[in-house]
Amino acid sequence: MAVDTMIVSERQAPAWKRIGAMREAGLIAIILALGIVMSFASPHFLTFGNLRAMLMSFSVEGIVVVGMTILLIVGGIDLAVGSVVCFAMVLAGSLFLTGVDPWTASLVGILASSLIGMIMGFFVTVVGLNHFITSLAGMVIVRGLCLVFTKGTPLSLFTLPASFKAVGQGTFHGVPYVILIFVAVVMLFDFLLRRATAFRKVFYTGSNEKAALYSGIKTKQVKFWVTVLCSTLAGVAGVIYMSRFGAATPTFGVGMELNIIAAAVIGGASLNGGSGTILGAILGIALLSVVTSSLILLDVSVYWQDMIKGCILLAAVSIDHLLHKRKAA
Amino acid sequence: MAAQPVLEVRRVTKHFGAVKALTEVDFLLERGEIHALCGENGAGKSTLMNIIAGVLQPNDGEVLVDGAPVKITSPATAQAFGIGLVHQEIALCPDATVAENMFMAATNRRRSPLMNYGALEREAQVVMNRLAPIDVRRKVAVLTISSQQLVEIAKALTLDCRVLILDEPTAALTEAEAQALFGIIRDLKAAGISIIYISHRMAEIFSLCDRVTVFRDGRHVVTEKIADVTPDDIVRRMVGREISQLYPPKQSPETRSDETILSVRELSDGDRIDTVSFDLRRGEILGLGGLIGSGRTEIAEAICGLRAKSKGEIALRGTPQHIANYRDAVDAGIVYLSEDRKGSGVFVDLSIAQNISVLDLKTLTGRLGLLNARAEADLARDFVRRLGVRMGGIDMPVSSLSGGNQQKVAIAKQLAVRPQVILMDEPTRGIDVGAKSEIHRLLRELAEAGIGIIVISSELPELLGLCDRVLVVREGAIAGELDDTEMSEEAVIRLASGVTPTDRTAIGRTENVA
Ligand SMILES: Nc1ncnc2c1ncn2[C@@H]1O[C@H](COP(=O)(O)OP(=O)(O)OP(=O)(O)O)[C@@H](O)[C@H]1O
Ligand SMILES: [Mg+2]
Repeated sequence: MAVDTMIVSERQAPAWKRIGAMREAGLIAIILALGIVMSFASPHFLTFGNLRAMLMSFSVEGIVVVGMTILLIVGGIDLAVGSVVCFAMVLAGSLFLTGVDPWTASLVGILASSLIGMIMGFFVTVVGLNHFITSLAGMVIVRGLCLVFTKGTPLSLFTLPASFKAVGQGTFHGVPYVILIFVAVVMLFDFLLRRATAFRKVFYTGSNEKAALYSGIKTKQVKFWVTVLCSTLAGVAGVIYMSRFGAATPTFGVGMELNIIAAAVIGGASLNGGSGTILGAILGIALLSVVTSSLILLDVSVYWQDMIKGCILLAAVSIDHLLHKRKAA
Repeated sequence: MAAQPVLEVRRVTKHFGAVKALTEVDFLLERGEIHALCGENGAGKSTLMNIIAGVLQPNDGEVLVDGAPVKITSPATAQAFGIGLVHQEIALCPDATVAENMFMAATNRRRSPLMNYGALEREAQVVMNRLAPIDVRRKVAVLTISSQQLVEIAKALTLDCRVLILDEPTAALTEAEAQALFGIIRDLKAAGISIIYISHRMAEIFSLCDRVTVFRDGRHVVTEKIADVTPDDIVRRMVGREISQLYPPKQSPETRSDETILSVRELSDGDRIDTVSFDLRRGEILGLGGLIGSGRTEIAEAICGLRAKSKGEIALRGTPQHIANYRDAVDAGIVYLSEDRKGSGVFVDLSIAQNISVLDLKTLTGRLGLLNARAEADLARDFVRRLGVRMGGIDMPVSSLSGGNQQKVAIAKQLAVRPQVILMDEPTRGIDVGAKSEIHRLLRELAEAGIGIIVISSELPELLGLCDRVLVVREGAIAGELDDTEMSEEAVIRLASGVTPTDRTAIGRTENVA
């Protein structure tokens, strides 16, 4: 009898792996289908320039999505990422304008983002508030800081040295640095999430915090550092945006958090924690980007764009959910 | 008994992917009978009950109520047919009160759109009092596991059903609570209600049930009148071979060692634990007996750093330990198996392999902090084989396992770190007879290999059969110690309740003082 069960197991394991892989496959199929439709609908869609522009546009956001996905896996959420992106940008920009060299200014911007993450992490793990309300407050406060720093006006940074602007605008053998950074971040964290012990603890904590605690995992530490990681990656994205735009606007990134969270969830991250993949989340942001680009190319009125985007999202998530009703009893 | 069976299942088949949980199963429930359902962990008992209660849909076969084929598409449909199910796993809303939880199902059928909380609480208290004196205005989250189980049962009693299914209702109950439940079950039977009763405990089945059906590997093996069979017959049919239900031999006086592995001195937490001192010796299995709520779990938690202590010292092989949190305990080699399997024992959404490895991450981690996936799989495969976990594969989520097999995974997790001291809270809850004696044997082997083992069990026969020495806990303090020669159910109950044996009735009432 024991032998029977083992035989079943040998046959069964790969099947499950295949289903796991299918989730991403489903998203790729949706993206490709949309791409094919669009290539007929608009002659500009399938051009090198447009594809590159789309890739560029979601590359920087993609870095934030990576952090958000890991935070969702641990069972948290960060509504402040849009504000933090802007804060890193504005802080680094202001420092640069006071004469600090842009690299140092950027580093300070990123570290300040980590600090914001630490403060939010403190409120979550020590004070005991939940991520949602803490980061909601964080979102408003940090946005306020951005306005205070700039007195509400955009900073013009056209004096940034070319070497710094290259990060956001330059290419390496024809490939934009932005895309290279993005790919590096994605590959690094995808690998870590699958293989590193520290990141496995993220899954344990998100899946069942009490059981994780009863397994000797310091769940508060895990939650704290993941919160910091998410903010830090938002900070990194912020300084890359600064380099790319050569400007720092205090209203940049308003509403960005929704896009980011949507992307992670489309990619299979659960709002209840315990599941999510980097690859899925990246496909999620890619899907959002294709939709946005299509609507622009099709000349859809801006008034209609948000609504259509929302409907397409709902459809994509529903299809994906119906295809993989995993917990269907 | 009426001619028409109240419920009938014909050739029902159910599979989950490649796993066949049920194969062409027949089952017949007469009106007004108590029908026991037996089978090993993973035999398909809960799956069939979930089909009858509309939680799962069969792949093939039919269900008949009063002789007419019906489609039970949801739990609400089942309720409409008068079928109620007490699930094996506790599924209550932790932040709602007992009363609110109890009437969750019944609210479906209320006419009035508004809730009358006063009436609801009074009504709930009446039902609850039949089982145990639990205040229905308390939040479920603060109750012990046994009380939560009683709430699950009370919840089913509020529905007036014709068929009541109880899936291992006593797994988490104390003796006295179980007795109260049996009284209710007999009353229900007298009122003409038909009952399906699932349990791994033969004594219960033989004192309570009229007929018994045995499942093996998802197939119906036999249905018999209880009067016509013996417990050994049932076990043999469940397992398909002879097994010994005997406990492994205890330590002999010659092999007894005076070497102390774990010593606990004057442990207090300023609340539930009152100056507890004891020694755990090399090679022995030490039992902690006592009523639910007596503080046994709390003592174990305090030793492991899961509960803050106000005072007390813990030493491992003579070396004092500073255990501030559970990580420290695991690092020192002390692990704890929680009694709350679903709440703090396993990660239901994660795979079997990931569950078994969780305590052992350190040794599975290679250079650069990377997890060695192959070693993790090997570890899981090894323990899954040793404990006989029935599963689809080690990559399957724990949620796909039967209740007993989830418990085995929780145990495997503790053993995987090769601990020095294991504290186990109700280790064999929900585990079938065969696997249970396997686990007892394994614990004995571990003890002989020099690992210190402390077992908390509310099942007296297990406590007496397995342990070399029993400490009885009452109100957070050690009420007495019983060595092998002094051990008896009487002695444990007397110490646990602080009453003389003639004063038995008081026992029920001192329960749940939690
Ligand atoms: N959702 C699921 N996905 C995959 N397999 C499942 C699922 N639910 C149950 N199974 C499998 O079906 C079989 C029967 O499980 P079931 O829960 O009915 O057992 P059981 O007889 O109630 O056992 P126990 O005594 O341990 O409660 C098991 O092998 C189990 O692994
Ligand atoms: Mg079961």
